[in-house]
Amino acid sequence: MEGLHDKKLKFLEELSNILRKDVIKMLTHAGSGHSAGPLGMADVFATLYFHILNHKPQKPAWPDRDRVVLSNGHICPILYVTLARADYFPLEELKTLRQINSRLQGHPHRKSLPGVETTSGPLGSGLSQAAGIALAAKLDGKRYRTYCLMSDGEHQEGNVWEAIMFIAKNRLSNLTVIIDRNNIQIDGFTENVMPLESLRAKYEAFNWHVLEINGHSHEQLVDAVAEAQAIHEQPTVIIAHTIPGKGVSFMENDYHWHGKPPKTDEARKALNELRTLGDKIKSEHQ
Amino acid sequence: MLNPDLKLNPAIFDADVDQKPTRDGYGEALVELGEKNKNVVVLSADLTESTRAEGFANKFPHRFFEVGVAEQNMATIAAGLGISGKIPFISSYATFSPGRNWEQIRTTISYNDSNVKIAGHHAGISVGPDGATHQAIEDIATMRVMANMKVIVPCDVFEAKKATVAATKIWGPMYLRFAREKTPVITTAKTPFIPGKAEIYWLPSNRTKPTVAIFACGALLHKALLAARDLEKEKISPVVLNIHTIKPLDDKKILEIARKVGAIVTVEEHQTSGGMGGAVAEFLAKHAPVPMEFIGMQDTFGESGEPSQLIEKYGMGVKDIVKAVKRVLRRK
Repeated sequence: MEGLHDKKLKFLEELSNILRKDVIKMLTHAGSGHSAGPLGMADVFATLYFHILNHKPQKPAWPDRDRVVLSNGHICPILYVTLARADYFPLEELKTLRQINSRLQGHPHRKSLPGVETTSGPLGSGLSQAAGIALAAKLDGKRYRTYCLMSDGEHQEGNVWEAIMFIAKNRLSNLTVIIDRNNIQIDGFTENVMPLESLRAKYEAFNWHVLEINGHSHEQLVDAVAEAQAIHEQPTVIIAHTIPGKGVSFMENDYHWHGKPPKTDEARKALNELRTLGDKIKSEHQ
Repeated sequence: MLNPDLKLNPAIFDADVDQKPTRDGYGEALVELGEKNKNVVVLSADLTESTRAEGFANKFPHRFFEVGVAEQNMATIAAGLGISGKIPFISSYATFSPGRNWEQIRTTISYNDSNVKIAGHHAGISVGPDGATHQAIEDIATMRVMANMKVIVPCDVFEAKKATVAATKIWGPMYLRFAREKTPVITTAKTPFIPGKAEIYWLPSNRTKPTVAIFACGALLHKALLAARDLEKEKISPVVLNIHTIKPLDDKKILEIARKVGAIVTVEEHQTSGGMGGAVAEFLAKHAPVPMEFIGMQDTFGESGEPSQLIEKYGMGVKDIVKAVKRVLRRK
């Protein structure tokens, strides 16, 4: 994986903004779905699919492709817009989200859409599937890497800790976890619902290599993934601190936006804010 | 008489008939498969010896994964392996897997269409002294209700071995049900076994027209055969079908027999609702409703005891089958 030069960084920043706008439009059209998580993870998805991953969107079943396991399936709007922008399927199809006969199911289904590696939605079972995929790579001597994207809230599921133990035991260093540490879940703030801290100390106690980054920094993610790739003795978890609803002022850090889409007027406001942000990014780099 | 075409065990009715647990067949098959197919992997949740995964674990340690006491993890790791070119077998007691990890199996194996084979051991009440917590009597129901899942319940050690091997030749999620106790060897290595194809194990002697059918699965098939032999002495002519594959059911054969005999008794070591009997009843209610009686657990939990005592106490003995046949005949 290459480092990030200025031109690529600018591209990723602009792309993240485009992905956010796609998410708002898609969710408004669908009339249901999750807003905060997808917006918060736009930078991570842009960096993963447009810089980090070794993949061929035209050949989604290419055996040597890197795998992305989205464990918290409810943030699939950001997965779908990213896959569409990466040419896994036509952009127009985004309008069909959550509608009958659509390949874009409310939660991702492996058999429905190219680029979706696992079926998810029920929380806490993505990490062990990623472990299985990473194990298969080791058994077959394949060099593809597996990235598991998780929410913070789903660490309340017992299955997650079973997987964390198993992955450390088997030293699956070809597996990297990226946690969307946005501090919210449906019922409120994670530390009120069921405290997760210290997440870093917990992972370290389970013998993982832990990195913490600003989840909106494309550079920090690229550097963290590069470090994870260089560590062979342990699996690596990257705790990406993100702002839920990032880019839309009235959604940022408000857990009420976890599970609902914007209404038409809210969408207009959100898109306007994102457009302005786009201008800001442009001016900063001029 | 026993179906002469199936090369069944000739000593089947002897008092000292050979007895082996079906889990042994699973274990032997795993070792054979390990040699033939490098993609076969086995996962165990701290029950390697008792689920007979030990032979495979010793011979192919790099393809055996101990997950500890964590059945949900076992199912989901297997789901990842099964979509990455591997054929994982997951081994535990049926009360834990597919008991505790049902949702993981539903989402990440069945709906995800991962090539995982779920081996539920110590199924049925015949687990015995461990008691009701360890006696899986709902597993056929909870597995067969899942779209995309196949369900096989072998009747003896040979059939268990054949079913385990066959599982690797059919793509997709499959549930295999095994028992702890030694049970009579009904078949031989040469007895045909085709998944999805029910076989007639007993048919009336002297080409008499059968008047009733007993459908059985698992080790209780032996009791069904003993009951058939007793019934013939009373001039009742049953046919006994081994329904080892509960999903997909052998619709054609079941329909043909139901129309021919007009009365059916189902026999299984499982709740009478939702199991093999339930599957047959659902199918026949639509295509050829006939009177049915159901041998199995009658909406109750089991308890500790010797397996043979439990089978009798909970109404799954030879005499119970004979009585059920007479009951169903009166309803014809």
